[in-house]
Amino acid sequence: MANNDVIIKIEHLSKSFDDKKVLNDINLEVRRGEFVTLLGPSGCGKTTLLRILAGFIASDEGTVSLDGKDLLGVPPYRRPLNTVFQRYALFPHLDVYDNIAFGLKLQNVPEDEIDERVRKVLKMVVMSDYEERDVESLSGGQQQRVAIARALINQPKVLLLDEPLAALDLKMRKDMQIELKEMHRKLGITFIYVTHDQEEALTLSDTIVVMNGGKIQQIGTPADIYNEPVNSFVADFIGESNILNGTMLSDRRVNFIGHDFDCVDEGFGENVPVDVVIRPEDIYIMNNTEKTQFTGTVNSCTFKGVHYEMFVDTDEGFEMQIQDYNAFEPGSHVGLIIKPSDIQVMHKERTCNTIKGRVIDAGHVELMGTSFECDAHDFEPDSEVEARIDFDKIDLLDDKEDGTLTGEVGFILYKGDHYHLTICIDEKSANYLYVDTNDVWDKCDMVGVRILPEDIHLGRPKAAPLGKAEGLEAIP
Amino acid sequence: MNKRSSWSLPYLVFLILFVVLPLILIAVYAFQDSQGHFSFQNFVHFAQQPEAVSTFLYSIEIALITTILCIALGYPAAYILSTPSLNRSAVTIILFILPMWVNMLVRTLATVALFDFIHIPLGEGALIFGMVYNFLPFMIYPIYNTLLKMDNSYIEAAEDLGASPSQVFWKVTLPLSMPGVWSGVLMVFMPTISTFAISELLTMNKVKLFGTVIQENINNGLWNYGSALGLIMLVIIGITTAITNGKDKMDAEKGGII
Repeated sequence: MANNDVIIKIEHLSKSFDDKKVLNDINLEVRRGEFVTLLGPSGCGKTTLLRILAGFIASDEGTVSLDGKDLLGVPPYRRPLNTVFQRYALFPHLDVYDNIAFGLKLQNVPEDEIDERVRKVLKMVVMSDYEERDVESLSGGQQQRVAIARALINQPKVLLLDEPLAALDLKMRKDMQIELKEMHRKLGITFIYVTHDQEEALTLSDTIVVMNGGKIQQIGTPADIYNEPVNSFVADFIGESNILNGTMLSDRRVNFIGHDFDCVDEGFGENVPVDVVIRPEDIYIMNNTEKTQFTGTVNSCTFKGVHYEMFVDTDEGFEMQIQDYNAFEPGSHVGLIIKPSDIQVMHKERTCNTIKGRVIDAGHVELMGTSFECDAHDFEPDSEVEARIDFDKIDLLDDKEDGTLTGEVGFILYKGDHYHLTICIDEKSANYLYVDTNDVWDKCDMVGVRILPEDIHLGRPKAAPLGKAEGLEAIP
Repeated sequence: MNKRSSWSLPYLVFLILFVVLPLILIAVYAFQDSQGHFSFQNFVHFAQQPEAVSTFLYSIEIALITTILCIALGYPAAYILSTPSLNRSAVTIILFILPMWVNMLVRTLATVALFDFIHIPLGEGALIFGMVYNFLPFMIYPIYNTLLKMDNSYIEAAEDLGASPSQVFWKVTLPLSMPGVWSGVLMVFMPTISTFAISELLTMNKVKLFGTVIQENINNGLWNYGSALGLIMLVIIGITTAITNGKDKMDAEKGGII
């Protein structure tokens, strides 16, 4: 990683399937020899990005260059990249040897050189003596090794791996992770690895690219991503975390869960709403309730092997997840401390719903393709408006028929004393509502949405919209 | 358990009456002379008649030519039908299969009328045309099915490893679709070797196939000799089936079919 030269450069890459944006303005640089992981939930666009790199699908917009040369115009069979497929895709009509030698035979490499290289690569993946075996008779882990060997033997400039370990059991996966890391170190080939497993990403990568909703959320080293998540999505997706609403009082001073804390963040301004992330292992828990920053009552305590996981209800009514090597009995009153450096403060992506709409008449406005009752007598009919609706002023209803709108529950974020939900109204036109609620909903629940007329605040649209359309969207 | 197995009784009776018993009768007749004594006379008679042997060989030749032509015409058709970028319509596949809905004799008679209308003489050429026309769907369908079910990731993997589109076809698509081809061969070769109606109609009875010879013998009351010829044909078909089945199994083990 000492050298900084860029091998792959992706600029403004976009891709839509049936009007649905799966990749939205992706910009990424990969350095030579780097182990980069594309990490995100299913449907975030990570596999699409990998398949564009491999050449199996074309992009709509943007450029990709490899070693400074355009890659997108090159057919897949001429790209100096090789892929390890999720379900291996080993040729069932060929044995292990012929599968691995497939690429070399196409290049008309002399027989004895093929022989030598196949033997060498089989040794590397610890599969010597398996040359004659039928690929179907191999176990999942062995097939995976053959697939890696088949890709590596061509000495690609970049190796693309599409969730290669997803089909293996936990123990095997852990072993293969170590081996992959070792192979990467020995070979010095650039690896681009796709996974939805955050732990795998943290273990393997030099750089993690967190993706969601077709956009890159954060690029950084595993430590950066874990310790300094840029938004609540990343914080929630990577590892366990307490994500809370807070207010930045001044530089290095933040208020959340009803208390003021010292922190190390500066430059947010005064009295600015922020998101605060505390990792469960960063909260110190003790029986002594004096001289601690805040106190609470242990709700549950579960042994997790190395540590205990506890949920503590603070006296102010917030639920905190805490990990500690010592167990504290449920019901016991405990004192809690958080160090300033363990408080991660993030800008809020939004503080209320901002929706563009159109006035129908003095009493109605059209938002997201639906007519809503509200006071619009200050506005000309048919004029463009911007509606602002607070997160907690939107009612979600069990019965879809009762609501003005229907939506699907997407990303769910627990904020200590309430849930922050992303409700997808219309995936195609990227209409999302963000709702604070105390009710428990599950992902993919269909809900009715009701907004009272007095909670819709209309305003003239700003010349340069900073609203939701341009913001970071958390898509299920 | 016993109740369950009793369900199969009607089928068992049917099979015994209409499959097993006739087969036994054929075998018994084949090994009897006209007086009903056990003898190899019928087979000796067949071997000594150069005309019968040559008809037999000719039938195999015609069946082979038909099968090869069906592969040559049917494989590209199946390939086009199964490739979404080449064929976007489900109607095309139905059009290919549609002739199977019409009775074979009707189709053949129509072919005769058509050839007559455009003044093409009936004979060997017309016979092969008729056979290919009748049996082509039986070749297309299994190949189409195999190609359709083939995992696209094999093709992507081959491209990824540096295979050009033509190399992908010859090194991956074709070998992986061989089980379909073997099923097609089985479904075309077997019926063509025993066919007699098509040859009678399309050659005005000028070209004799083995099936025709058997039918003539039976019609003329020469049951013993006809049975012997039938038995010889069954053995040939049996051998073909065994060979293709063996192939099929080998390919199936390598994950080709289904």
